[in-house]
Amino acid sequence: MQFSELWLRSFVSPDLDSDALGHLLTMAGLEVEEQDGVAAQFSKVVVAQIVEAEKHPNADKLRVCKVDAGQGELLQIVCGAPNAAAGIKIPCALVGADLAGFGIKAAKLRGVESFGMLCSAKELGISEESNGLLVLPEDAPVGTDLREYLDLNDTLFTIKLTPNRADCLSLTGIAREVAALTGKPLSLPAGEPVAPAHDAVRAIVLDAPEACPRYAGRIIRGVDAKAATPDWMKQRLARSGIRSISALVDVTNYVMLELGQPLHAFDEAKLNGAIHVRFPTAGEQVLLLNGQTVTPAADTLLIADESRALALAGIMGGEESGITLETTDLFLESAFFAPDAIAGRARAYGFSSDASYRFERGVDFALAGQAIERATRLILDICGGSAGPVNEVVDAAKLPVRAPIRLRAARVRRVLGIQLTADHVAEMFTRLNLQVARDGEDFVVTPPSYRFDLEIEEDLIEEIARLLGYDNIPTVAPKGPISMLPRPEARRDTMTVRRLIAGREYQEVINFAFVEEVWEKDFSGNADPVRLANPIASQMSVMRSSLIGGLVSNVVTNRKRQTNRVRVFEIGRCFAKDAAGKPVEGYHQPLRVAALAAGLAKAEQWGESNRNVDFYDVKADLEALLFPRVAEFERASHPALHPGRSARVLLDGREIGFIGELHPIWVQRYELGTAPVVFEIELEALLGTLTPAYKELSRFPAVTRDLALVVEQSVAAASLLKGLQQVAPAIVQRIELFDQYQGKGIEPNRKSLAFRVVMQETQRTLEDAEVDATMTALTRHAEENLGAKLRA
Amino acid sequence: MDQLDQLVAQAGVDFAAAADGAALEAAKARYLGKGGSLTELLKGLGKLDPEARKTAGAEINKAKAAIEAQLNARRDALQQAALEAQLAAEALDVTLPGRGAGIGGLHPVVRTLERVEQLFRSIGFDVAEGPEIETDFYNFTALNTPANHPARSMHDTFYLENGEGVLLRTHTSPVQIRAMQAHVEAYKDRDTMPELRVIAPGRVYRVDSDATHSPMFHQVEGLWVGESVSFADLKGVVADFLRSFFESDDLQVRFRPSFFPFTEPSAEIDVAFMSGALKGRWLEIAGCGMMHPNVLRSGGIDPERYTGFAFGMGPDRLTMLRYGVNDLRLFFEGDLRFLGQFR
Repeated sequence: MQFSELWLRSFVSPDLDSDALGHLLTMAGLEVEEQDGVAAQFSKVVVAQIVEAEKHPNADKLRVCKVDAGQGELLQIVCGAPNAAAGIKIPCALVGADLAGFGIKAAKLRGVESFGMLCSAKELGISEESNGLLVLPEDAPVGTDLREYLDLNDTLFTIKLTPNRADCLSLTGIAREVAALTGKPLSLPAGEPVAPAHDAVRAIVLDAPEACPRYAGRIIRGVDAKAATPDWMKQRLARSGIRSISALVDVTNYVMLELGQPLHAFDEAKLNGAIHVRFPTAGEQVLLLNGQTVTPAADTLLIADESRALALAGIMGGEESGITLETTDLFLESAFFAPDAIAGRARAYGFSSDASYRFERGVDFALAGQAIERATRLILDICGGSAGPVNEVVDAAKLPVRAPIRLRAARVRRVLGIQLTADHVAEMFTRLNLQVARDGEDFVVTPPSYRFDLEIEEDLIEEIARLLGYDNIPTVAPKGPISMLPRPEARRDTMTVRRLIAGREYQEVINFAFVEEVWEKDFSGNADPVRLANPIASQMSVMRSSLIGGLVSNVVTNRKRQTNRVRVFEIGRCFAKDAAGKPVEGYHQPLRVAALAAGLAKAEQWGESNRNVDFYDVKADLEALLFPRVAEFERASHPALHPGRSARVLLDGREIGFIGELHPIWVQRYELGTAPVVFEIELEALLGTLTPAYKELSRFPAVTRDLALVVEQSVAAASLLKGLQQVAPAIVQRIELFDQYQGKGIEPNRKSLAFRVVMQETQRTLEDAEVDATMTALTRHAEENLGAKLRA
Repeated sequence: MDQLDQLVAQAGVDFAAAADGAALEAAKARYLGKGGSLTELLKGLGKLDPEARKTAGAEINKAKAAIEAQLNARRDALQQAALEAQLAAEALDVTLPGRGAGIGGLHPVVRTLERVEQLFRSIGFDVAEGPEIETDFYNFTALNTPANHPARSMHDTFYLENGEGVLLRTHTSPVQIRAMQAHVEAYKDRDTMPELRVIAPGRVYRVDSDATHSPMFHQVEGLWVGESVSFADLKGVVADFLRSFFESDDLQVRFRPSFFPFTEPSAEIDVAFMSGALKGRWLEIAGCGMMHPNVLRSGGIDPERYTGFAFGMGPDRLTMLRYGVNDLRLFFEGDLRFLGQFR
């Protein structure tokens, strides 16, 4: 909502300068977004007339003008504007003038003396662009200060109104607010009824009184639609950001800005029979003023006559029934449409209008009569004509009700945390034009028709806080019962997990959750991702089911910026369709952790030879994150990964994610240089950990024996180890794999795996015999059941 | 006796001349070994009369002790020299960088979230989370924003294809409802429900993209529900948080009336720094208010018995202000040169 300070001050004028007024509004919840003077700062610029304009003797594009600036004698001024011509009236900056810091002096231009400067609108900061000198009306009085003549000592305020304050979508509304805030008297334009000059009326039928309980119409005959809009009105419209169109349209816009009531003017000659306010019949169409033809939905209210639909009620008028410059008789509409009947409709057709914006937020339902009288007066004054009687049809039972609201003093204290006197509260309500009655400690408050936002006790408490000023509510340290926030020892929080991963040299990233559809195919084999209905761009059209695509794109981005060693991780939600999904039915949205390492295993350094990161480096990182819990890794294929270098990760027998080297196809397609290694794990699996459990230490010596077994190349080390662990007797404390060997001395398709077996008893020293027997048993089991041979 | 003194002096000279352990042992043998000069002198004692033998013996033993002392001193010196030589040979260039892995880091916005969580935990707030694909009900309706409410146009919403009533949450406020419902459920068998203090950080989505808007961004929701929670408390908590977060006691904080369907009274929170590039400018930083009775009811809480406040702020913006980052998009580009600055 943009408006002129001067216009506002014509209704209420507090003793505040522009900045203080802006601050007042902002701190009352009418946030001033922009505040600008209508022109630049300048002085000594007056209305002048070019009396004579001759070509400059030494310059083709300059003219030497004789100018009457009301100074008693003509001024000689050299001017470069193409439209400088004898007779026109223009702004003239006199010698000594200051144009936003630029001083005007007497000067010689190409040998000709010049005493002043003729100005364009741009030079005066009145508009952004201009084409030559600002031409003033012919009747502009020469010698008058331009700031006064054009009312340039004005400020434009742009207010960002919240949706609850529809009552402030007019100058009257803002003036009411300023008066309430400052206690200054309010003087609004008188709304004297215009006596009818003829008795023609058009019948009005409210077919949908819930949606439109009040409709006022009036026929005005014999208007001159081509009459010029007066300058004062044009100026106020312009300063409200509304372009002047024609006198009739301008009047309707002006009244809307002044009072907040949207109006519509029909061409009386194009109407047939009674006006109906109704919902559409199937297939009905309306050609709108903006050129769009719409087939209104069943819940879009229409204005119709007896032969057709004319307009979308409260939203936009129709092209065929609208006024033109040829219109002589018009039918003026001033109605109340219920917010629920308008809300969201314009948006559904893809536009918004000043009328729908107001109606869907709530227009004063008592205003229609006053507005039609005001508009009639202005039309008659500007365009002439004669007005008929106002035909106002009201279904009073369907009008909004302003029910009294009970306000308890104790509740005010409880919600705001302050104690106010009853008189103070009553005084604030009175300033807001609310009807107040006292009932013991309580107030019973009835809001006026224009306040759609006052319905419950809290609404009144907010008004009290607003009028009091939020600054005047104390800032206190809160008091509350304190209790510990327990956290199970066997559980860590996400921040701890983040710190652990960062400690393994991964940098956290945050990637968009909507991704390119092809990533879903490439990295998850997902042909049915969760799709957005209204994506912002095609490469952000589906919700990711894996974090891998984003991490791969981070490699691409950083390689472009000459960083080839990339170690990144992300914790975020992934999304998949899942009928059993919770808490939102139909969608599984787990939090996952994914990490990627690409390039050198260690940042380039002097101490060790360089090598690229591999599967086992990243596996160690993952194992460290899971520690002290131990996961199992099983060879498995995954669409994103190298089939021979990927594994599913299991914890307590449950799959929690995967790890592997990126598939060479994707390494090539995404131009990644070297193959990154990635893992993706459910965050939940990393949050659970173990509470330490103490085991008694043995005072007796441990015995260590090694066992080297030769197996087929394809045998997984973990399966051999697991097999040995399963049969190991209680004296075996642990079995560790400490060597893998292939090559000389071992058949080509076989490998040697060496295990260290540590044995110990807590209560005695082990005997050689039982150690030997254990090793023999382990060896035999390996040979008989696990396909291994003792290495020679 | 001159002879003994001479011998002691000569031994000192010989020991000093020995450059290493072996040479020293050879020199020692010449004096103290079998057939060494001193040993020979001792052997000669037998020829003397008892009185003279006693005197001479004492003299010789004194000389022997002196030679042994010189020997030990030289031995220590040689050992010391050898150790010093070894240490010198083992010296490292201590200025070479340490070997081993480097350190990664958290995302700057997460760093902010960590600080936010820590500050609120210190006054008893727990951390909650909610789904990002959310229902229309939790995102809007339960927050006192029914269909067609003009406030819905304040949020340009991403909807899902073929998803009736589901959307990407436009704010973290739906977590308010979920947290209240869970709280009520947890204490349904008790006469009194403990206070609910929760913050809910997370990603939110709106159809908006330019230098100051990202279609995905972050919010932190906070709420405190109890039997005596007021607007004055809200001001206290938020102002305390902002001054702690920015580590600035002279940070100006102001609350001004605003509108959110889910709070009443509602306020926008502005801050102004007293120094730095943004000195003196009011910057919008959060929205807040007393929880609307309808919202408490949506959460299963009786608004007559309990009141509450809620706030929502943008950790992306907090991060930008805290570290002077001037382009929101940097947070989501994954450029390690940028992210690495926040380790």
